Amino acid sequence: MIVELGAFALILALALAGLQTAMAAVGRLRNSPVLAGAAQGAALASAAAVALAFAALIFAFVTSDFSVANVAANSHTDKPMLYKVAGAWGSHEGSLVLWCLVMTGFGGALARASGLPFGLKTSAVGVQGALSSLFLAFAVFTSNPFARLDPAPFQGASLNPLLQDPALAFHPPLLYAGYVGFSVTFSLAVAALIEGRAMSPLWPAWGRWVRPWALASWVLLTIGITLGSFWAYYELGWGGWWFWDPVENASFMPWLAGAALLHSAVVTERRGALAGWTVFLALLAFTFSMLGAFLVRSGVLTSVHAFAVDPERGMMLLAILGVTAGAAFALFAWRAPTLRGGGLFAPVSREGALVLNNLFLTAAAATVLLGTLYPLILEAATGSTISVGPPYFALTFTPLMVIAFLILPAGPLLAWKRGDLTGAMQRLAVAAGLSLLAALAGWLAFEPKKAMAAAGIAVGAWLILGALAEVVERVRLFRAPLAEVGRRTRALPLGAWGMTLAHAGLGLFVLGAVVETGFKVEAAAPLGIGGEVRAGAYNVRLDRVHIVEGPNYLAEQGVLTVTPHGGGASKTVTAERRFFPAGGQTTTEVGLDFRGLDDVYVVMGERRATAQAAQAWTVRVYWNPWARLIFLGPFVMALGGVLSLLDRRLRVGVAGRRKSKPLPLEGGEVGEGVEA
Amino acid sequence: MISPIAPKDSDRVSKPHWRGRASTPIPALPPSRGKGFVVAILLSLLASPAFAEPAAAPDQPLSNPAQEARAQALFKDVRCVVCQHESIADSPAGIAGDMRRLVREEIASGATDAAVRADLVRRWGDYILFRPPVEAATWLLWFGPLAIVLGVGGVLLAMGLRRRTATVPLSPDEEIRLAALLQRDDIRPDADASSSHD
Repeated sequence: MIVELGAFALILALALAGLQTAMAAVGRLRNSPVLAGAAQGAALASAAAVALAFAALIFAFVTSDFSVANVAANSHTDKPMLYKVAGAWGSHEGSLVLWCLVMTGFGGALARASGLPFGLKTSAVGVQGALSSLFLAFAVFTSNPFARLDPAPFQGASLNPLLQDPALAFHPPLLYAGYVGFSVTFSLAVAALIEGRAMSPLWPAWGRWVRPWALASWVLLTIGITLGSFWAYYELGWGGWWFWDPVENASFMPWLAGAALLHSAVVTERRGALAGWTVFLALLAFTFSMLGAFLVRSGVLTSVHAFAVDPERGMMLLAILGVTAGAAFALFAWRAPTLRGGGLFAPVSREGALVLNNLFLTAAAATVLLGTLYPLILEAATGSTISVGPPYFALTFTPLMVIAFLILPAGPLLAWKRGDLTGAMQRLAVAAGLSLLAALAGWLAFEPKKAMAAAGIAVGAWLILGALAEVVERVRLFRAPLAEVGRRTRALPLGAWGMTLAHAGLGLFVLGAVVETGFKVEAAAPLGIGGEVRAGAYNVRLDRVHIVEGPNYLAEQGVLTVTPHGGGASKTVTAERRFFPAGGQTTTEVGLDFRGLDDVYVVMGERRATAQAAQAWTVRVYWNPWARLIFLGPFVMALGGVLSLLDRRLRVGVAGRRKSKPLPLEGGEVGEGVEA
Repeated sequence: MISPIAPKDSDRVSKPHWRGRASTPIPALPPSRGKGFVVAILLSLLASPAFAEPAAAPDQPLSNPAQEARAQALFKDVRCVVCQHESIADSPAGIAGDMRRLVREEIASGATDAAVRADLVRRWGDYILFRPPVEAATWLLWFGPLAIVLGVGGVLLAMGLRRRTATVPLSPDEEIRLAALLQRDDIRPDADASSSHD
């Protein structure tokens, strides 16, 4: 009964989203606030209906109602409650309902947003309604999560045990929230294009309206991707955290486009410039999100993440992608000539630095796109097959990012309109010197000596120190009396702290990635009870092995002692091989010994008999130096995004305090025009 | 000199191999027995070869450290043919172990890295290397990113240059208005402010 209610709620949501689109369109054309208000009401009702449907689906999973095909295929009575709930978004059908929930939820939030002018808001609500309608129709007509089975099976097939993990229970909802959050920036961009010339005095305000949505989506995407990467790191069992797997790339492309959008929207907001480019990025970010959905679900890619692979549904998704992105970019091409923003600026200026940021971020996104799709296109065109993997990205993506990272710290030190590059360089001299020292220290500290890794350490340190140098500069640390420094520190807006944290977090990530990649040590040996294996600075001894009975699995658990060579406390870790009878699969649970920034990572292999007929287990040990920073860095970046989001100036409807009175003078001298 | 691993079509198209772990179907258990019975069956499965994945023979590193380092570097570029997007350096699959042995044997017999790569490509095609060849069909792939940076950068530069010529000096009338404006204290730029950050 509740399941049928869910199915009905999903259909109702589709009808409401259709109504939302129609009423918004007519309301906009007739300038009718009544119809526009009704469209907003429909948006909220549609969100509520999808929430009801999703709750019904979770209910079916929690009660293990195997008469529902989706539950039977993805759940099992023995599963822990968390994974019963998570099973609701562990399949194609369920995750699509989650997608629709986020989309209509953001649509409802958009409908409630204040401060937007009537035309823009009504158009945006209409576009968001159209997007929701398409995806809800896709769910209702091709991927009904509430389809019944008759007769109902006795037991479910269970969720893939690799996915039964806390990080992965939360990874999809965060990722989807990020992906689909960009639907709002998409809608606002399309709405701005529909409004056309009426937008020209509104571009700075439009930049301010778009930014919170872009920031929120980007933060959620950052956390979602990081959780997924951390899951791959400790669940898959060989210490890798990024594989340039096509589906990882599919989530990375909207992230890069979103990061570019954040920066470009700042320029549009503050200076009214780059409006067309910001609109383009707002369209691009969600297009990449939809492309990701298509790639993951259509089966065109071979990837560990590809699930519920179904070419027919893939074609439907491709059609949705083609229609929405095609229409939006056609509209963009048509309206682009009207998108002349104001705001002249010199190449060396804050705007110029942000343009460079955008150039490199979008080129990086294009590189990831090329690397992901090229094998498909080449095979379709010529029949020859190639693989594009980490070596390709190391030669193309990484250099682009390194150049961007080298430029990055200078950007915030340049003034708007026209910056003083020499001055910025002088203020960064200390940071640059310390970064070189860091490289030297890294060169001396790590074995074997690797020049590239030392250079990478310098880049990471440069990002962190450069971000700090900007704060030091702004609060006049070391140059003004302490009271003055304190006053300035307190006066720094949250957005400034957010930017500093995000850039420093990026530096932390770079440090972790460089050191882990350059200096990780791997060792493997068949160990009997009491046997030892050495990896880098650590010895690992297998103390005992016993059988553990989990809720829905049976495991062989090794208890191992990790002892550092240079003295220091020994620690005991447990590593497991789990066998899940429901699906007949085995997984590994690695043992992680957190040592400061380092991980000692222990994997139990299968049991085998040695020559002396004694028992031995293949134990693999990885020493991953500074691996902690790889996951800490992105969380710091996300925290920076959250701080920026809390900045009151970013809240919709709050006008800039000092910008309310447009001043002809800003920053440096006037009257010299723009120089190269 | 080299133990040949025949490339099979089934390897290329391949059944999906979840990060190298094959799933082993188990026979359905009679539901009426007690839990102890189930545990006993499962324990026997744990010990049985059905529980172990198609095992890779334990790796035998090359005795020459320089050669072993070369082999390790090569492993990262070689795709495991039955896996989904994994190098043979990472994959626990049996065939990845065989391929590692193959690479090690070739290096031990004195083959250069290029020769090992060429041999792998001869056996399995370009697909086997994670680093695609640079040839006419992949120019867009390899040089696309650079072309984008140079192309878009060039357009931006051109726009900047055009814009510079578009600016004109202030007229005398404007100069006077500007001077008048600058006299007004309330809008004079804060001499203390280093930049307009916010």
